Amino acid sequence: MKPKLTLPLALSLVGLVLPLAACGGGDGASGSSDRTITVLGAASLTGTFTDLAAQFEKDHPGVDVKLAFDSSATLAQQAVDGAPADVLATADTETMDSAKSALANAPQDFATNTMVLVTPKDDPAGISRFSDINRSGVTYVACVDTAPCGKVAAALMSDNKVTSKPASLEVDVKSVLAKVTSNEADAGFVYATDAVAAGDQVRTLSIPHATDEITTYPIAPLTQSKESGLAQQFVDLVLSDQGQQALQDAGFGKP
Amino acid sequence: MADHAVSGAGLDADVRVPGRLDARLLAGAGEVVAVIGPNGAGKTTLLRALAGLVPMDGSVTVAGRSWSEPPVLVRDRRVGLVFQDQSLFPHLSALDNVAFGLRARGVARAAADATARSWLARFGMGDLASRRPRELSGGQAQRVAIARALAAEPALLLLDEPFGGLDVGVATTLRVELARHLASYDGVALLVTHDALDALTLADRVLVLDEGRVAQTGTPQEVAARPRTEHVARLVGLNVLREDDVFRSFSPSAVTVSLGQPEGSARHRWRGTVVSAAPHGDAVRILVDAGRELIADVTPAATAELGLVPGREVWLSVKETAVRTYARVPG
Amino acid sequence: MTTRADTRGRDTLGRPPLVLVVPGAVAAALLVVPLVSLVLDTPWGSFLSLLRTQAVLDALRITALASAVTVLACLLLGTPLAWLLARVDFRGRALLRAAVAVPLVLPPVVAGVALVSALGRNGLVGSVLRDTTGVTLPYTTTAVVIAHTFVSMPFYVLSVEGALRASGERYDVVAATLGADRWTTFRRVTLPLAMPGVLAGSVLAWARSLGEFGATITFAGNYPGTTQTMPTLIYQELQSDPEVARTLSMILMVVSVAVLAALRNRWLTTP
Repeated sequence: MKPKLTLPLALSLVGLVLPLAACGGGDGASGSSDRTITVLGAASLTGTFTDLAAQFEKDHPGVDVKLAFDSSATLAQQAVDGAPADVLATADTETMDSAKSALANAPQDFATNTMVLVTPKDDPAGISRFSDINRSGVTYVACVDTAPCGKVAAALMSDNKVTSKPASLEVDVKSVLAKVTSNEADAGFVYATDAVAAGDQVRTLSIPHATDEITTYPIAPLTQSKESGLAQQFVDLVLSDQGQQALQDAGFGKP
Repeated sequence: MADHAVSGAGLDADVRVPGRLDARLLAGAGEVVAVIGPNGAGKTTLLRALAGLVPMDGSVTVAGRSWSEPPVLVRDRRVGLVFQDQSLFPHLSALDNVAFGLRARGVARAAADATARSWLARFGMGDLASRRPRELSGGQAQRVAIARALAAEPALLLLDEPFGGLDVGVATTLRVELARHLASYDGVALLVTHDALDALTLADRVLVLDEGRVAQTGTPQEVAARPRTEHVARLVGLNVLREDDVFRSFSPSAVTVSLGQPEGSARHRWRGTVVSAAPHGDAVRILVDAGRELIADVTPAATAELGLVPGREVWLSVKETAVRTYARVPG
Repeated sequence: MTTRADTRGRDTLGRPPLVLVVPGAVAAALLVVPLVSLVLDTPWGSFLSLLRTQAVLDALRITALASAVTVLACLLLGTPLAWLLARVDFRGRALLRAAVAVPLVLPPVVAGVALVSALGRNGLVGSVLRDTTGVTLPYTTTAVVIAHTFVSMPFYVLSVEGALRASGERYDVVAATLGADRWTTFRRVTLPLAMPGVLAGSVLAWARSLGEFGATITFAGNYPGTTQTMPTLIYQELQSDPEVARTLSMILMVVSVAVLAALRNRWLTTP
């Protein structure tokens, strides 16, 4: 015997189905079509790329820019694995090279970064010069050496013949900065841009030989991009005067 | 109430649990008292209060020692409890179960085990000592439970419907055994039961509880012959009517059942509807709702002839000579 | 005379309904396929040589140490807590029970942040510790153990508390009437009866500790030989040499499966 489809039941079924239909149309942006591009950026690009993404969305109504910040190595791996993204920007050329198979165009350098030493703002360990980290009892942290920031830190530690070992090797530079700003470490190896972003929460010291170990940031659109036009336009924005100014304001150097 | 000899080794209790129970009882050493009454009368509450598991007002004195002033903790009262579902420790063998009370009180393992073994032997369970409770039958488990309670040498033994979950044959055998063990037990034993047979075979005295109060006490024979509560009347199969200051009781076999109004004296007759009819020995016992519940025994032939099925309207009557009258005020 | 049909293995209640079999099969696939892929993907050739490198041995050692101590902490500290929650009626008990459950739902990194705020060198308790004894916890192996215990103990406590509440006070009461004090009752009655819960809880706590990453790296840090555990090493290797990462994952899985298999029939199944 067929069950009777009573009015309340029918209404609830309709109520359940409607949102599904609406979902197909894409979500919320104003304007004619809703398009999205995903930008994978090294952790140190968080501040600048967020601002540039907002600018991009203003310049291209109807376009939503999704940002994913992580360690360059992780992002490169994701790109190679075919993650649905449109643009990749890493914190060193080596990592970008490892993602070669996923790049739609040759990568272009858009910024440089140097490494500095930061301490918590009240400098509990009394570090006045870089070599003070060799003092016993000083706790300092750096990135793990499989990440670009770690490679630079390791090179600088070797160049400066640092004898004491770091207390911890963090997975990305943001974690290093967090340990310093929360006063859980006496000092940390971060990029100049991170020091700028942290403002007066940290004291910054320069590292001897830092200019020998400059980090170059490349950017490239990805082959798996479904919006190759938009992807290229984002790259162009980063390379434009506007983009370059934003990067330099954040503490990056010229490419 | 007749005075019962209370020696210094007995039980003297005035148990008051607000809203549930207000009972006074006295028992001598070695006495077995059956506690009967309808559900909710407070029988289990009484046991639990005596054991110290339920807070109570009043006083309890066992074997000359007060358990209420100052209040003594459960574990310090020498009380033995036997539950309807045995509640044997499932992870311990029969032997370890019986020895538990001894070892808990500091008896060394070897001595405790030896005592436990002898108790199990007394119950005929000697070769089941290493079995786990789940490997025992209902009757065997109940024997272990009783042995466990007795092995700890309690001053007060409380049994809560110990044969409740057992089948009739097993219960009968166990009843006889328990009678024997209770005879050699020198503390006071309280036995809560719904079974008239338990009361009749095991108890020296019966205590009837109704709605939290003691409705009647006496020997099993006295209580059975002159029940003062409907519950006991039902239990022993009698009709009992309360009238002002007397009870009138009559046996169901003395009741005449008819369809039309009976002739003769109008004194003892009632009109009602049949509620149920069930075989009872050679007769059929019918339960009639005549404003009050009455039972009558009828021959199977008469049942068929009169068409005594539930819903049938009948008249019940009984001769004056078959009615026993006794005073309401307990003597 | 008919011969009795062999009904072994046949469902006397009828075939299982498709509406249950299909989703069940999907769930099974979801859980099994990634594990099978990992096994098939592992470069078994380099398995043994990797196993012998210092970094791997260190990480294995620290992981094994941390998870073993976690289980020990659960047994010694978690059991009394579970007993208190199940058997003693005190004010705020419901609140404490809820608080114990919180680490279960906390994202591991958040748990790490909580630990830092309490026990970091500037933390509520940590700063006192540093000022009085000069001892700081972060970056030490002890910190790893603390992080693992913090995230794993709730599994243990709730498992044991559940077992205690399920068996109820019935046997505790019986023991009391037989003259046992609360400690004797706990030792001889409550704990033995709760043993399945204790063992299940220990396995859960151990498993959680084995995979712990977020809280550890936030609170204890990551340094080979001191605070680097297998999960941290794997995450790190994922960035530079995914093949090594897969092999290390395999090692961790082999160890876990071995332990679970050893415990399987004795403790994890209900009798």
